Amino acid sequence: MTAPKKKLKVATTSLAGCFGCHMSFLDIDERLFTLLEHIEFDRSPLTDIKEVSPDCDIGIIEGGLCNAENVHVLRDFRKNCKILIALGACAINGGLPAQRNHLPLTTILEEVYHTSPGVSNGMIPNDPELPLPLDQVHPIHEVVKIDYFIPGCPPSAEAIWKVLTDLLAGREPELGHGLMHYD
Amino acid sequence: MSHTFTLDGKTIPFAEGQTILQAADAAGVFIPHLCYHPDFKPHGSCKLCTVKVNGRQTASCTMRALPGMVVESETEEINGERRALTQMLFVEGNHFCPSCEKSGNCQLQATAYHLGMMSPHFDHFFPSRAVDASHPDVLLDFNRCILCSLCVRASRDVDGKNVFALSGRGIKTHLIVNAKSGRLADTDFTLADKAAQVCPVGVILPKRLGFAVPIGERKYDKAPISETTEGR
Repeated sequence: MTAPKKKLKVATTSLAGCFGCHMSFLDIDERLFTLLEHIEFDRSPLTDIKEVSPDCDIGIIEGGLCNAENVHVLRDFRKNCKILIALGACAINGGLPAQRNHLPLTTILEEVYHTSPGVSNGMIPNDPELPLPLDQVHPIHEVVKIDYFIPGCPPSAEAIWKVLTDLLAGREPELGHGLMHYD
Repeated sequence: MSHTFTLDGKTIPFAEGQTILQAADAAGVFIPHLCYHPDFKPHGSCKLCTVKVNGRQTASCTMRALPGMVVESETEEINGERRALTQMLFVEGNHFCPSCEKSGNCQLQATAYHLGMMSPHFDHFFPSRAVDASHPDVLLDFNRCILCSLCVRASRDVDGKNVFALSGRGIKTHLIVNAKSGRLADTDFTLADKAAQVCPVGVILPKRLGFAVPIGERKYDKAPISETTEGR
């Protein structure tokens, strides 16, 4: 008799993301049950685990880097996960949030908290509890090594399923026509 | 058509004076390209049509076909280099496909799909060039320009208007509008111009027509670029 196969530990997080990639992940629908025969979730917006366990097999990152906390979380994921996957356009190239990169950060904060209509006596939040924004939004591969990329905004459930099942089967992930999308 | 060369082992006939790319196209064999357009003289800037001829790399859009040439195109080496070139184009501009009106109809994007580009690999430049929305019917987003010069050639050679030009050197090379003000509104450019039709990416966009085609029915949703035969 062989011992039951050890499940792979999968952690997920959203940095400067919109949670759309997580929703697209859940769009694999009832295949989630099949997946749970092979994996267990570690830290994730879907679980209550606060820190990534040091023995994670796969880390899935949605969103780019827009503030200091994003960078800490990303480094933590890299340290504790054997394989790191960039999920979606934001993680891959900064995505639409990176459209703020041509504006000075002070101009953006001024407009949102001081001068925009509806704001009276506003002030830019300065509590040390809050993470400081980075001057520009960055793709995650500019800070840590990324092993696999799943493009799309969001990637389709089929694309996510294809990459995960390829990885679980030990195959190099590949997306053909129809699954490969940047939009 | 008495002459032939071989392309990935296939015999390709060609007429005197045809380039490798033209002959391959006529024979129904796809070689990736962005700055080449059948209606214009080759430009040779995108380098995506690079092939190996008798063991040496060269641009197939400018290389005349010669009898007996041995040409390699769909190899791991050449496609790997094409992918790297495509990644360079992506990081040099702001190619945020999720909000681009050209998505699904964009030759750069479709070529990247064809080459299996999963990520842009390099660090992003995030250029910051002002959008020109001065023209009543056309919008220009210069941050997506790949400097193929098709609009320059179309406006000069077909429309006889000379609306566009490439200016600057090195990484600072950029597309400009030939008007004293630099604004498209101050030229005689119209949507009917050939130059308005040839942009392979999302720089020259007709206003008020964005997102009119449902997802699934856009040009490259239906078939990958390698199987799309209806010109551009």
